[in-house]
Amino acid sequence: MSISGVEFVGQQAVAAETAEEAGKIEGRSQWQLTWRRLRQDKVAVGALIVILIMIVLAIAAPAFVAITHHPPNTAYPIQGETEAGNPVPPGTAGFWLGTDGTGRDLFIRILYGARISLFVGFVTTALGTGAGVAVGLIAGYFGGVIDTILARFTDAVLAFPYVVLALALAIVYGPSLPEMIAVIAFFSWAAIARVVRGQTLAIKEKEYIEAARSLGAGPFRIMFIDILPNLLAPVLVLATLYIPTAVVFEATLSFLGLGIQPPTASWGNILADAENFYTVAWWYVVFPAAALLITTLAFNLLGDGIRDAMDPRTERVLASARRRRRGKLKDWVRDANAAGEN
Amino acid sequence: MSITADSDTLVTVENVVKYFPVRTSGLIRRTVGHVHAVDDVTFSIPRGKTLGLVGETGSGKSTLARCIAGLIPITSGKVSFEGTPISGLSRRAMRPFRREIQMIFQDPYGALNPRRRVGAIIGDPFTIHGTATGAERKRQVQELMERVGLNPEHYNRFPSEFSGGQRQRIGVARALALRPKLIICDEPVSALDVSIQAQVLNLLSDLQQDFGLSYLFIAHDLEVVRHVSDTVAVMYLGRIVECGPKDLVYGSARHPYTTALLSAAPAADPDTAASRQRIILTGEVPSPIDPPSGCRFHPRCPKAQPLCSKTEPLLEVKAGDAATHATACHFPVEAGENLAVAGRSQLP
Repeated sequence: MSISGVEFVGQQAVAAETAEEAGKIEGRSQWQLTWRRLRQDKVAVGALIVILIMIVLAIAAPAFVAITHHPPNTAYPIQGETEAGNPVPPGTAGFWLGTDGTGRDLFIRILYGARISLFVGFVTTALGTGAGVAVGLIAGYFGGVIDTILARFTDAVLAFPYVVLALALAIVYGPSLPEMIAVIAFFSWAAIARVVRGQTLAIKEKEYIEAARSLGAGPFRIMFIDILPNLLAPVLVLATLYIPTAVVFEATLSFLGLGIQPPTASWGNILADAENFYTVAWWYVVFPAAALLITTLAFNLLGDGIRDAMDPRTERVLASARRRRRGKLKDWVRDANAAGEN
Repeated sequence: MSITADSDTLVTVENVVKYFPVRTSGLIRRTVGHVHAVDDVTFSIPRGKTLGLVGETGSGKSTLARCIAGLIPITSGKVSFEGTPISGLSRRAMRPFRREIQMIFQDPYGALNPRRRVGAIIGDPFTIHGTATGAERKRQVQELMERVGLNPEHYNRFPSEFSGGQRQRIGVARALALRPKLIICDEPVSALDVSIQAQVLNLLSDLQQDFGLSYLFIAHDLEVVRHVSDTVAVMYLGRIVECGPKDLVYGSARHPYTTALLSAAPAADPDTAASRQRIILTGEVPSPIDPPSGCRFHPRCPKAQPLCSKTEPLLEVKAGDAATHATACHFPVEAGENLAVAGRSQLP
């Protein structure tokens, strides 16, 4: 089964692509409708723009190094520190956002921290989403003993204190980027698996699944061709909302010294260093913290926006509220006119 | 009714039983009973003909359909296709028979995946069985769409862009794709408007003539079954109580349940409706978890005798009936007998 199944999936993917191309003329697919609704949501569009700016800044970090001539890990004990050895404030000697405790350019270090944060956020979410979808689909579709084992394992992962595991792994293997990605990904799939399993349980009872089985479709074809497309909406929303969690997770681990190790910059370890200087250098705390806050907030708002855009019911609620308001205004105008006539 | 594996018979169903276990909820699930969905059912589907299966909701019609289509395993018994047993085959061994037996589903909204384009849905049978790919597949799909009365240019649309009747046509096209010999229609028109029902029924009968299809047609609408069927089987609580040619079952029903069912159907002609006596059955349909002893219809039957609660009647040809007309009743209804009166006299 497995070989022929893979073949069928491949053929289907090609077919889906051609259908997609032809679909551009027809228009109005689920995704186009979602995008149309999302575009009208000002908050979500704002969040998306913020995220895109953040990504561009992170990618362009070396370009800013070329402009400022301040590599991220180079300390400037003369220009970058006061006589007392404290950081210099923003705007001093070409340091746009000031310097950190050892006289390095804070702006450049925040940009390099964004590279780490966004990389960890996207990679762990991709890994976690892939694993979560696979586990959820298999547990939900096959049911029985497989479901019991996978569902209990999912519950166990959700109940596990992640800082304790991260601490233990960091002590045993030494803190490193791959180790941290593995830890965050390991704790990120369970929530998605649970949602996917629940949805799969509901969808597998639909008649179109029975129709696929009566045509002779195998379990993996049914899971990926018939069930998965119906799950993409909730999975995309969950994944978007998981990115900020992973970013904060990374910052937390780095803050505790279990993640990215100095001198490599990360928002978490910048904030950990800033602890010692917050009384004399407000910028040292405020800017990295603001970067973290803005990024996580933007991803959360975008995730909410996508969820609203994908669920047509919310739009209907908004539309009816708008109609109600308009109706009230009409009533008010009519009452006012009536009062004027009397 | 005798079972003969002659060349005129496409599918035979012998003593098929389907029980669903009833389990307690919780971690350790004990089986506390069984739903007797289909209980010892035997019949055959003739080649190129339509067998109508009628019965109330919960009488086991759809379960029986799924057992024949191989979608759910049967508890015991045997289903054969052209003499080859197909019940209990593995998924791989069942594959060639999937091409021969197809299904049309009741809910035109639920039977089509809302996230996939119609071309992909109708093309699925070709993809799964590897019979056509690429441009050839598209050509065949569009041919099918045209055949069932859909615009082939709507190839790239989503199911939500079609009406109920059009969606059912999509389901018919998908069932037809592999040129099956048997199509199991599980209440194919009960979710449609009456005017659309007629269109879909006419399409089905056209296709039957063109492709020599056999149908197992399941419905609870007696008039629809009468319109499409050659033979009719009546189900009650998992058993077939009466089976025979359409005209005999509708014209001179022998089982009291069939008689009651026919009397409950609304008549198109008000004059006949006025002269007809409606048989009102007492009580509810008993639970299929714990079906009544003897004849399953005895607690509600106006003609029930002590024998009926003890001995199970066999589905057999009664004296004076045609050889093709079988009834499972100890005391079949005689011509001219008025059950409405008998039923009323039993009321307290």
